[in-house]
Order: sequence, then structure tokens, then C-alpha cells
Amino acid sequence: MKASLTLGKVSSFLGLGFFTTLKDLFTGKLEKEDFKNLLRKFIVPLASILLFFLLWHLGAKSLYNIEAEYKIEKALQDQGQAAADALTACIASGESSCQPNTLPSPSQVWDSFQSLLRDHNIISADKAAFVEKTAALNAKRVAAGKDAIVYTGRPSFVDQIFRSLQTVFAGFLLALFIAVPLGIFIGLSPTLKSAFNWFIQIFKPVSPVVWYLLVFMIVKTLLIGSTDDSSFTISFISVGLCSMWATLVNTAMGVSTVDKDYINVAKVLKLGTFQKIFKVVLPSSLPLIFTGLKITLSVAWMVLIAIELLAQSPGLGLFVWEEFQNGANDSNAKIIVAMFVIGIIGFLLDRLMLTIQNWVSFDKQDAI
Amino acid sequence: MAYLELNNIYKTYGQGDSETEVLSNINLKIEEGEFVAIVGFTGSGKTTLVNLINGLLKPTSGEVLFKGQPVSGTSHERGVIFQNYSLLPWLTVEQNVLMAVKEAFPKREKAVWKRKAAHYIDMVSLTPAINKLPKELSGGMRQRVAVARALSMKPDMIIMDEPLGALDALTRGNLQDQILNIWGKDKRTALLITNDVDEGIYMADRIIPLRPGPNATLGPEFKIDLDRPRDKTEMNDSESFKKTRNAIIEYLMDIGNERKSEAKEEFILPDLTPKDFVNQFR
Ligand SMILES: Nc1ncnc2c1ncn2[C@@H]1O[C@H](COP(=O)(O)OP(=O)(O)OP(=O)(O)O)[C@@H](O)[C@H]1O
Ligand SMILES: [Mg+2]
Repeated sequence: MKASLTLGKVSSFLGLGFFTTLKDLFTGKLEKEDFKNLLRKFIVPLASILLFFLLWHLGAKSLYNIEAEYKIEKALQDQGQAAADALTACIASGESSCQPNTLPSPSQVWDSFQSLLRDHNIISADKAAFVEKTAALNAKRVAAGKDAIVYTGRPSFVDQIFRSLQTVFAGFLLALFIAVPLGIFIGLSPTLKSAFNWFIQIFKPVSPVVWYLLVFMIVKTLLIGSTDDSSFTISFISVGLCSMWATLVNTAMGVSTVDKDYINVAKVLKLGTFQKIFKVVLPSSLPLIFTGLKITLSVAWMVLIAIELLAQSPGLGLFVWEEFQNGANDSNAKIIVAMFVIGIIGFLLDRLMLTIQNWVSFDKQDAI
Repeated sequence: MAYLELNNIYKTYGQGDSETEVLSNINLKIEEGEFVAIVGFTGSGKTTLVNLINGLLKPTSGEVLFKGQPVSGTSHERGVIFQNYSLLPWLTVEQNVLMAVKEAFPKREKAVWKRKAAHYIDMVSLTPAINKLPKELSGGMRQRVAVARALSMKPDMIIMDEPLGALDALTRGNLQDQILNIWGKDKRTALLITNDVDEGIYMADRIIPLRPGPNATLGPEFKIDLDRPRDKTEMNDSESFKKTRNAIIEYLMDIGNERKSEAKEEFILPDLTPKDFVNQFR
């Protein structure tokens, strides 16, 4: 009872309703152990998040001050007292043109996030209006065998996120379709394994930038004379090639190390090669293959930003780069927003793969 | 000519310095329709022997003849129940059995396969668990699936490697009867590996001990002259049962003691006094 009382106090102190609900769940039965668990699972992470924002806030503030002082000092030296005073007043007034350019504070980032959402709403409305306006005309054009007019306005932040997801999934699928079959062949045949081993060892550590350049060289020549925008093609192929190695290695490993008991079963039942691969070898290596795919997806998402940036392919990478080049007042804050979005999406993708992985995996102990 | 013949079998594992001879000079003849049990200590090479017979392993020297032909690999004619069940964990009970049925009876209709699988699953009373995965089954249930899978291929000879090892006495007795039932019905040939002398006596026509390894060889055979079907309670009172049982156990205890005294001789401790490292570093 004592523990639950404390908990009630803590939760009301933090203003967190859900703790009270949790407490109700345990009412009367809340043991010391439960409390410890709760502390570890909810309160500690929460506290560390708060601490993180606090440190960020303080850090941003002190960086802001350093930058501001330097700016005023410089104005004083270059243009004299009057200019310095004017600048001080300008900075204090919050006027956007003269703000020091440094690490944005959490609240600035939050503001930018909201302004990005507003921007998205405006663009969406604009797009909807455009579609409505051109609907009749487009119907006529299509009837006459001409191409429909499409919206070519600036993409919003949310559009960029979806473009990035498209690129990463295209790259991931490419990796899947290359690495899994190749891995199976390599795992099944020791000859192929020694033929490919040097290849894997040498190309696995190559950096995304170099992959991009390589793909660029090849795709540019292959698409010679075409006027289509090849940046998407180039970036998803580069993402796929960078990220496929984990899947390749894991698949080959899974296929070549199937449990001897299962192989014995296949032999005693006299399964044909095809049956053996599809009924025994592949199912038993699925857990390892999915571990590989999980790594592949997270690597794909990680290198995507750099590759989009290089390829000038629309998406979060390009967004970050353009904001950096742009150097507008809230550019830094927007970059941090993108950073969080990238992190959170990466985390969600990882979770997704983990769920699938748990779903396909089995415990060997289970069958024995 | 015997149904199954093992002539001068030697089996070594490893190469060079790590080479160990597990089985030495194994000679065994099993007639058609016979039920033979091999009892042996753990690690003596029973599974190795089984794998030589079913064709998963090749002898280092000597030959295995089945129906007069040298064994050169696995065959549907010899069904195996593995010691560790070896069910495929990603397949349900039915799928595990179906896989065997399909291989043993190719070019049949799906319905026929399903019926056959259902029949054998029912025989080991697992119909309620037909759609379960191995991980959802108890140890005894898994073992029964393994039995159903092996029998569903209708092998001419059933080779069982401690098939009932992990079961409690009650389930064990039940499955023993089921196996005997199937063996008796189609007059198949059976080889049972076990570590339970009573089980061997209850089920087999002959019991052959496998002496402890390395260099394990087969001991003298013990004939079990009890009428079938055997009854456990009646058997316990029978004089001939008692005599055979005592003889086998005595033999096993003797070789067990032999091994112990050998081990004693092998490990005479050298005459050393431990160094005093603690004081040395002071
Ligand atoms: N693949 C292998 N490579 C090397 N040594 C092996 C191999 N398989 C078995 N052995 C060795 O051969 C000996 C006999 O093994 P085996 O599995 O045949 O014994 P077992 O009688 O079936 O034992 P248990 O009663 O525990 O099942 C053991 O000492 C084991 O270490
Ligand atoms: Mg064994």
C-alpha cells in the first residue's frame, strides 16, 4: 500500500495520468518488485528524456550566447560602438534577420516542426485545388491521347519523407532479390562459396559514397539519350548495393549450417534436392536470413540520406542538404527536425523487422 | 542368408591424433520378422551403430548387408526413429508426417496422403494435436509424432534409437504396446536400441548388449523365450523371465565394474606436490 501511495504521488507530481491507471491495475497488490520494474521501465527512461532536453536546452543557450557575443564583438571592431549597440538591440528584440546561427533549442525545433506541418497542409490544399481545377481539362487531354497535366509544385516535408521511404523500400527489395538467391547458391555450394568469397570480403566494406559513384557511372551510360530523371534509379540501386551484404552473408551462412538432425531427416526420407532446399534448408535458415534483412533495412535507411544528398534525388537527404545550403533563419531547426524524423522512422522500421523476425523464427529447443 | 547382416564392422571418428575407434568388430545377423534389442551404456556407440545400419554413416571397414545387398545410403525400406525425434519445428504434426508419406508413396492423390497421415497420427493418439507445432507438444507427444512419421512410410524394417527414452513409465508402456502391435501386424523386422533391460525383454526376441566404448563390441546374445503377446504382470512372475533378466543385468554390471577398474588403473596420479605460489610472490 505504501508503495502504491508513493507511486500515486510521483505520478501526480509528474502530471502523468497513465501512471495512476497503472497503479489502479496493481492496487493492493503492488509489490516492491513491481514498483522497481515500473521505475526501470517508465520512470527512468522518462527522466533521461527530460534530462536530455534540459541539457540540449542549456547547451543551445550557451552556444547562442557565445555566437551572439562574438557577433557583437566583431561589429564593435569593424563598425564601431553604434553598430554594436544596434546589433545588441536587434538580437534582444528577437528580429530574425540578425539572430546568431547555431544549434537550435528544443523549442525552436518544435516550432519548425509545426511550421513544416503547416507548410505541408498548405501544399496539400494547393495540390488538391490544382487537381480539381485540371480535372476537366485532364479528362479531355487523356481522351485526346495526350498526357495529363501533373502538379509540379514544391514537395512538402511529408512528401519528402514518403519519397525517402519509397527509395529505401525499392533499394531494400533490390537487395532482397539479389542477396537472398545468391546467398542460397553460395551457401549450398562450397565451390561457389570460394568463388565469391573474395568478392564479398572486398566489396562489403566499401562506403556508400563510392557505391553511389559506381552506380552513377554505369547507369548514366546505360540511360544515355534518355531525358528521364535517373536520380531515383541511381539512388535506390546504390542503397540496395550498399545494404545487401548483411543479407548475403547471413543467408549463405544459414544455408550452409543447417542443423545436422534436419539434414539426417531429409536423407532418411530421401527428399529430392528441390524438396530438401524448400522444405528443410530454407525454413531452417529463415531466422538467420531475417536477421540479415533486418540489418540490411537499417543500413539502407542509414545510407539513404547520404545517397539522396549526392544523387540530388528528392527525399529527406535532399531536404537536409537544401536546408543547409539555404541557410535561412530556421534552417538549422529544420535539419534537427529531419534528424529526429530519420531516427524515429529508422527505429520503427527496425521494430517492424524485429516483429517479422520473431514471427518466422523458431527455437531449435522447441522441436527436441 | 539373414535379412540384415553386419560383418566385421569397424567405425572410427576423426583423423590423425584425434582418431578414435568407436565400434570394433561388430557382427550381427537379424532374420526377417525378428525383433532384436540392443542394450548399452550411454556413449558406447549405439547411435553410431544405428546410423551405420540406416545408411547415414559408412563403416570404416566391414560391410552392412540388407536383404543381401550392401547398404550404400538411406532407403525407404528402413524406417528410422531418431533418438532426438528430429521433428522439423516449422511444420505441424500433420505436415511432419505428410512429408514422409509423400516421399514413401509418390504419385498419389493428396487426399490419399492426407488419409494415410491421419491414420498414423490417430494410431499414436495425436489426432487432437494434428495441427500443432512441435513446440506446443510435450516430450512424449513429440516422440509419438516421430514414431508415426517413421511408421507411415511402411518400412520393411524399423530401426529405433532409444525411441521411448524421454517418456514416463505409463506412456512408455502404452507406446511399447503400440510399436509391438504394428510390428506384429505386418510381420516387420525391428531393431530397438534401449538402455532399459526390462523394455528389451518385454519387446524383443533377442537382447544383445553393446559393451562400453571405445572399441565397443557386441556381447553374447540373450534369447527371450516368452510367448507373445506378453503380459507385463504375468511376465514378472515367470521363472524364465527372472533368470534371463538376472543374467543380463549381471553381465552388464560385470562389464560396468570392469570398466571402473580399468579406469582406476589408467588414472594413477603422479607424485607431485603443489608449488606454493602465494609465498613465492610475497
Ligand atoms: N560425428 C562424430 N564425430 C566424432 N565423434 C563422434 C561423432 N559422433 C559420435 N561420436 C563419438 O562416438 C561415441 C559414441 O557416440 P554415440 O552417439 O554413438 O553414442 P550412444 O551410445 O548413442 O550414446 P547415447 O546413449 O548418449 O545416445 C561417443 O564417444 C561420441 O563422442
Ligand atoms: Mg545415442
